[in-house]
Amino acid sequence: MPLDWIMGLIGGLMIGSAAAMFLLINGRIMGASGILGGLVDGTGRSNRSERLFFVAGLFLVPLAVVQVYERVDTNLTGNLAVVVAAGLLVGIGTRIANGCTSGHGVCGISRLSLRGMVATVFYILAGGVTVVVFKHLLGII
Amino acid sequence: MNMRNIFALLSGGLFGAGLTVSGMVDTAKVQGWLDVFGTWDPTLAFVMGGAILPMAIAWYIARGRQPALGGSFPAPSDPRLGRNLIVGSTLFGMGWGLAGLCPGPAVASLSYGGVGGLVFMAAMLAGMWAAPPLRARLDAMGAAA
Repeated sequence: MPLDWIMGLIGGLMIGSAAAMFLLINGRIMGASGILGGLVDGTGRSNRSERLFFVAGLFLVPLAVVQVYERVDTNLTGNLAVVVAAGLLVGIGTRIANGCTSGHGVCGISRLSLRGMVATVFYILAGGVTVVVFKHLLGII
Repeated sequence: MNMRNIFALLSGGLFGAGLTVSGMVDTAKVQGWLDVFGTWDPTLAFVMGGAILPMAIAWYIARGRQPALGGSFPAPSDPRLGRNLIVGSTLFGMGWGLAGLCPGPAVASLSYGGVGGLVFMAAMLAGMWAAPPLRARLDAMGAAA
């Protein structure tokens, strides 16, 4: 098995354990778009500090990990127009759908939620079609 | 600092470490998973499978119990799908395919993702800020139909 797959599995177990901890201890769903979105649009005012501490951990621990782990490259496209369009679509889409890869994917599928499974099918299909069109047909990404 | 904040910090931190270790902060790996006509990269399936396993156990443990710090667990998942779920997930998927970033990895890689990472974050937060009126309009369209 390639090392990337093993690291994926190990990292995935860490992600799932984080979600399990947040559920069993705080009673919350670990959905990145919901936690961030509630801070941005004001709907998360009642548990603002909990959200801010979650985001702080999500930002600070990777910062520490890359100091000891290895050089990590995000390989993000240098085309800033694409980056802006992608960011807007991700922000709008996840808030309209009320979830992203962590909320609908990890937390939804694991409780056999129909919404989580349908959302995951749609964002993977849309992502796949987008890559085909913008990479193979248009050659933009 | 209260216990809720401590465990929120720990959960966010472990999530971020997992995203970094798994390679999901690498947009090439995410786009490689979506690129079935290119050199397909199955890593994301291992990450998703690894993440779903402990979370499925957590949902099982949660049955008939309360969260350790009090309160109640989230309501059972809503069986209704609705237009917002489909439209929103499709828009999200398009953005995810374009850049290879979703909200979790965008925050996790912010410290080492360079200018592009910051621009993505700013655009994503702007999109989150702009979403509620758009969602209300979709709801109104649904009610009128």
